[in-house]
Parts: sequence; C-alpha cells; structure tokens
Amino acid sequence: MSGPERLPRLLAGTGERRAIGYDDHLALHGELPLERRRRRRAEPRLVEELELAGLRGRGGGGFPTASKLRAVARARRGPVVVVNATEGEPASRKDRVLCELAPHLILDGAELVTRALDADCALVCVCESAPEGAVALSDAIEERRRLDGSCTRTALRTIPHGYLAGQESALVAHLNGGPALPTFTPPMVFEQGVGRRPTFLSNAETFAHVALIARHGARWFRELGTTEQPGSALVTLSGAVARPGVYEIAYGAELSSLVAAAGGATEPVRAALFGGYAGAWIDGSQLNRAALADEHLAAHGASLGAGVVLLLGEESCPVAEVTRIARWLAGQSARQCGPCLHGLDALAEAFGRIAEGGGEGGDLDRVRRLCSLVRRRGACSHPDGAARFALSAAEVFAEELADHARYGRCPDCDRHPHLPLGGARQDVARERVSLS
Amino acid sequence: MNVPLAASGGSAYWFLTRSTGAVALLLLTIAVVLGVLDVRRTSTPRWPRFVLDSLHRNVSLLAMCFLALHVLTAVLDSFAPISLLDAFLPFAGSYRPFWLGLGAVALDLLLAVTLTSLMRRRFGYSSWRAVHWLTYASWPIALLHGFGTGSDVKAAWLLVISIACLLAVLLAILARVTSGWPGGHRRLRRGAALGGAGAFSLFLALWLPGGPLGAEWARRSGTPQKLLKHGSPVVGAQKARHG
Amino acid sequence: MSTSLRLNPIACEAHGMCAELLPERISLDEWGYPVIDGKPLSGEALRHAERAVKSCPTFALMLERRATARAS
Repeated sequence: MSGPERLPRLLAGTGERRAIGYDDHLALHGELPLERRRRRRAEPRLVEELELAGLRGRGGGGFPTASKLRAVARARRGPVVVVNATEGEPASRKDRVLCELAPHLILDGAELVTRALDADCALVCVCESAPEGAVALSDAIEERRRLDGSCTRTALRTIPHGYLAGQESALVAHLNGGPALPTFTPPMVFEQGVGRRPTFLSNAETFAHVALIARHGARWFRELGTTEQPGSALVTLSGAVARPGVYEIAYGAELSSLVAAAGGATEPVRAALFGGYAGAWIDGSQLNRAALADEHLAAHGASLGAGVVLLLGEESCPVAEVTRIARWLAGQSARQCGPCLHGLDALAEAFGRIAEGGGEGGDLDRVRRLCSLVRRRGACSHPDGAARFALSAAEVFAEELADHARYGRCPDCDRHPHLPLGGARQDVARERVSLS
Repeated sequence: MNVPLAASGGSAYWFLTRSTGAVALLLLTIAVVLGVLDVRRTSTPRWPRFVLDSLHRNVSLLAMCFLALHVLTAVLDSFAPISLLDAFLPFAGSYRPFWLGLGAVALDLLLAVTLTSLMRRRFGYSSWRAVHWLTYASWPIALLHGFGTGSDVKAAWLLVISIACLLAVLLAILARVTSGWPGGHRRLRRGAALGGAGAFSLFLALWLPGGPLGAEWARRSGTPQKLLKHGSPVVGAQKARHG
Repeated sequence: MSTSLRLNPIACEAHGMCAELLPERISLDEWGYPVIDGKPLSGEALRHAERAVKSCPTFALMLERRATARAS
C-alpha cells in the first residue's frame, strides 16, 4: 500500500478526539510487515531501511535510529525495548497527543523493533500526569491481543512526573527500581539498561515513524523534509498564537506558514523559543524567513529539539518570563551534581536580581560566566540546556534586561505568565494538519 | 628508666600494656579529632587537604599498631588471666569481664574500620562510609575501657591524658557543630552530635568519682579474688622500692 | 591510546584533594567542585594524575583510556 503523498502522516485519520481503533488503523495504513529474524546475530533488515530513510530520534537528541538499532542488535544478552512517551518538557504535548489519538502507530513501531531485535519485552512508559494517554495505550494493547494476538510482550509502565524523569538514564534507573534520576554514563543505555540488558530506548514518535517507514519505505519517507532532516515531525506550537496545539510539519517548512495554520500570532512576536526550556531564543526580527529545520536554526544557535516552538508576544515581559523559567529549571535539577545544583540556583538568583532592579549591575556578566561554568559538568545535559536557554535570553533580551537592571520592574512584569510550566492542565487544541 | 621486676614476673608486660594502651588512646583521639573536624574545613596553605588526609590515615594506622602491642602484651602478661580470645570475644573473660569486654568491642569495631579502609576500592564508597561511622562508637567505648580496666586510673598521668582526650574530642565536636553544616537539613546530625557528647560527658562526671576513682574499684570491677589478695604488680613494685 | 581524566559528577563531593595534587589540570570553582582539563596526559603529569585519582575519597575521579584518532 503506498503511503500518503503529503501530510498528514502520523496524524492521518485523527479527525475526532478519540483514538483510532485497530481495524480503522489497519484499513488506513495497511498490514504491518513483520520480519522474521533469519540467522541469530544477523543484522535485522529494518536497520538498513531506517538507515536509508535517515530517521533520527524525535525526543530531542536526534540520534540516528538505525545506528542505535544496529548497536543493540549486536549485543549478546537479550535486549529490551523501551518506548519513551513520558514527555517531561512542559511546553511539549506531541507525545501525549500521539498516544491519545494514534496509539496503534506507536505499538506498531514497538512490535517491529521487538521482533527485529528478538527482544524479551517492550515497555511503553507514560507519565502519571497523562492518564488519558495511558488509558488509550492500554486499551490499544488489549485490543491487539484480542484481535490478532500481537503485543503479548508489550507492557505499560507509569513513570512519576518530572522534567528529568524522562531522561534516558533516569527512565532506565526508574525501570530498574531506583529513583527517576539520571545516572553516570558509561555504560550507555544501549549497552546496559533495563535489568543490565542492552536497551533500545527511543521517543514514542520515533516508533510511529518506524511503523510507517516499514510499510511505505525509505524513499517515501524522504519525499518530505530536507536531505539532512528527512520526513515529517510533530511540533507543539504555543504562546502568543491563536490556536496553540500540536501540528505535523515537514522539516524545512517555514515558521510563518506554521503560525498561519495556527490562526496567526495574537500579538507582534518579540521572540521565539525553539527546542523547549533547554533550547534557545531567536529574536522576532530574524523569524521572517526562519525554516523549521535544524540546519537553518543552527545559524541562530537554536534547534527544534523535541519539536517545541514557543512564541513570546511583545505585550509580555521577557525578563519576568525568563526569570520564572530560570527558577523552574533550577528547581528541576536532580541535585546530584554540585555544578548543576549550585550553578542553576545562582543563575536564577542573578536573573531575579536583574528583574527586580537590585544588584550591582554585574549580574549580566555573572549570567554569562555561570553559563560557561556549568556546561558539561553534570551527569546529564540539564545544566547545558539551562545554560543555552539563559545565554540566548541574555543576548536576545539584552535591552529589556539592561532596563530592568537599571529601573527595576516594568508594568508588564505582573501580567499572567505566558510560557507554560505544566501543573494545571492546559486546554490546548489538538491535532491539526499542517503544511510542507 | 629502671623497670621494677619485683613482685610478680610479668610486670614488664604489664607496664607495656598500660603504656601502649595510653598511647593508642592518644593516637586514636587525634585521628577522631581530625575526622570530626573534616579536612575541608581545617586545611590551610601550609597544611593542605591531602596532607591532613594522609595524617588522619597514618595516625589511625599507628594507633592500630599500638593497639596490637597493647593486646599482645596484655595477653602475654601472666599476672592477669587474659587470653587471646578475650581480646576479641567480649565479656567472656575472668579479669574484670565487663570492662575488658568493652576493650574487645572497641577492638572489633576498629578492626572492621581498618579492614574496610585498607580495601576501600573493593568495598565501594557507600559501604566504607557506613562502616566508618563505627569509629564514633569505638572511641567512647575505648575510653570507658581505659577507665574501667586500667590499674593506673587513679594515677595523675593517666587521668590527665584521659581527660585531655575527652576535652579534645568535645571541642572538636563543638567546633564542627557550630561551623560544619550549612543548611537546616543537618539539624538532626547536629543535635545527635551535641546530645551524644553531652550525655557521655555527663555520665563520666557522675560515674567516675564513685566508680573507678572511688574506693575498692579493683574489687568492684571484677578483678579475680586471688589477684586482689596479692595486690597489683605496680603496688608490689612500689612497696619494693619504698619498703 | 591516550589517557585523560574523567570525573563522575554524581559521586564528587568537593573534597578538593585532586586540585591540590594536580593544579596544572584541575582547578576548583566557586563552590569547591573541580573543573577538569580533559586533554591527554603523559609522563610526569600522568604520574601526578594517578596520585590524584588515588586520593579521591569518593572514587569520583578516574583515568580513562581512549583510542586516539588516527592521523589520515
């Protein structure tokens, strides 16, 4: 069955607010071509297809999926497959939406990888604060077991809420019975993960793409997107936009067309944050021809990460928003590594002083120094992400920061904060088809 | 210095066991004080951390050497019936069983600490750390053993040394508690340290006068009857000198 | 094959002895945690580094061997 020519791909058939049933799913996408692993230790055919497709992880790391699969396939001990649908980033809702509306795509991908690796089990991990996704997935697993006996080795796991809980080593640590905190690597998860076995851990959306590539082929996958970043991706667009929500784009699409599909910006855009709270800001003046692909965003020091785009309007106070998030980032530290726990606290304090107008005026320098001090000195990349966020904010909002340092709070400081930090459930609009 | 060898044949050993015991207590106290103060807080440019850390380790090992001599000479001495087993198995001996037993307990604890420290990489940091806390138990037990078993307890020199050791540890604890742990979450440790130190000192203040410093302690502490009749080798030697 | 210093930041408790023993490669930040130069070590520096690794009370500091990239 040939694949859809344009978008939507992952979000195909998700018109209503409930999950696509198994029969409808098979009617829409076709049967799942499962391979039989021929010789023991022979490389699964799936690896080659994924390599030609150039699929990269959709969880923010962007690691080539084929390489990861190859590495785990080589292992001697029985591997484990982990589907990471925990989505700890508060500004991201794509995994949630995918679980609730197209759980069978995720499960297809999990089945394919499990078969290819001859793995003992597949663990689908959802966050405890996303019960609808968990229900949709467990219903889908039940349905499949009933209808064709698949997913017998698939189990659902609920993970505690937390920004770092979905980090690769933290998730594995939790599955091994410990706290959901990052661990020191090496050994990497693909060498020694769940139960000390080689573990193939990837984002839920990645598995969904695997499910479609296996059906329609690498060439079809590459029909959309760029050479460096082929395929489609789910993006969570929020902030000063009329219809915030999860959209499916083709890499390389212009930001302006995404915003237009979302009903346009609600106010002039001061700046945009790409990649979530571990990402980087780009000034509004540079956004005109900005394309949603890492190779283009890299020129501005940013990347799409797990597909998160936040628009900050001119009516908000960027200093108040950034200070609030800096404090939140400090609070999310696992507090296991000195430079991270001290450095991020100091960073939040420096922003706080700037925001209130106190301090000696050397605070902006202190921010820059702290950013270079904490980089690569933690067990995970949390301090690096916070540093990237803070440094890009110091550059893009230099004027507002200088004003606050000199004069203190501005009238916009007390406005209701725009940038989401989780907690109360946000009524974010669901899927939309998007553009190429 | 001439060692009186009159009265009973083992007084050389008896002399050695008391002196090595006192030195071991002194060295152990220095090691404990260094440990309590924490090299991070006490280091200076002239006494960097790695030097203080080595000092702590070397003093501890030296203390164990003196402790070994102390145990050996006590066993070899023929005056008091102390067997090698009594040195390790507490409260089973016939000479002042309880007070000697305390020494055996302290020895066992210190052996565990020493072994885990020498093989730290094998045991891993967290196991080593857990066992190391036992030093805080071994030191007061050793001090009590000194007070209870020592035949010189009323002698000025040993009393001064023991009280000096006690004061050193108390001062170290005080210094650490007042400057050592920023942040309220260590309040429990602070309280436990002060409470333990205070309670122990109070106990000593109340017990010593009526106990080892009081009358007939040798009999009350469990010295076997036949030894009481002949008198201690020290007393015998003194008599030989003045008599 | 090149040897260089690596730190386990979770195990590190800022005892600071490593910086005293190898100040050419290890300095302490304002909170007492080591900032480590990861460049390869050899000769005298390597000997001092081995001593620094042995002195770490929490075994956070280690020496790592890595295959050096071949010059093409």
